[in-house]
Amino acid sequence: MADAAVGKDKCGEQRLVSLPLSRIRVIMKSSPEVSSINQEALVLTAKATELFVQYLATCSYRHGSGKTKKALTYSDLASTAEDSETLQFLSDILPKKILASKYLKMLKEKREEEEEEDDDGESDIGEVLA
Amino acid sequence: MAERPEDLNLPNAVITRIIKEALPDGVNISKEARSAISRAASVFVLYATSCANNFAMKGKRKTLNASDVLSAMEEMEFQRFISPLKEALEAYRREQKGKKEASEQKKKDKDKKTDSEEQDKSREEDDEDEERLEEEEQNEEEEVDN
Repeated sequence: MADAAVGKDKCGEQRLVSLPLSRIRVIMKSSPEVSSINQEALVLTAKATELFVQYLATCSYRHGSGKTKKALTYSDLASTAEDSETLQFLSDILPKKILASKYLKMLKEKREEEEEEDDDGESDIGEVLA
Repeated sequence: MAERPEDLNLPNAVITRIIKEALPDGVNISKEARSAISRAASVFVLYATSCANNFAMKGKRKTLNASDVLSAMEEMEFQRFISPLKEALEAYRREQKGKKEASEQKKKDKDKKTDSEEQDKSREEDDEDEERLEEEEQNEEEEVDN
């Protein structure tokens, strides 16, 4: 099996970094304002990403529900992203899951609040819909 | 972004290995959790790149370099990564230096070889003679056994 995991590339940094540099480069280049990336910067970004994965996994595991230490679940990750300041940038992509019924209730409550504010004379789309 | 998120993913096998090595033995990782961590890693790369790029632009440079990445880590409040990253950078630089010296040495050797090619050729012929002699000796032994 072709082991892309070993991160072989023309420079062959197998020992330092496991993530494939070519893939890291693709992601980095997708950023609009980036023109070029020095090889050292690429290696460091790959390494930092590995450290990040380790950090996210261990942090979430420790932070987790505590009920079972035998597994790492999505909700462990979501709650860690929400509670940790450093991981705030992940809160959008790791949203906490709630029941649909609960969400609909929240929407309803929000709408009721907005309708109350309308009485103060602010125009709101709610009025148009009503 | 022109690329869809799926195209910017890191290989699952590697991500899984890194996670397993970080957690205690026997801990299961749900498929959902793995996929979430993989996505988070891609987002991390983007965030780090954008941050590093700001530092490069401040320095009026168009090429991201190592110090930009280190500054980005500081900015993102991942100071804990800075010291292992610096070590990795040192190791990488040593490796590159070693490779450069090795290839320069190879080049020197190659030049030397071209000069003494004739000497090598005659040495090869001697080796072939030796091999033939050994074979003959073996054949003799077999005959004796018979």
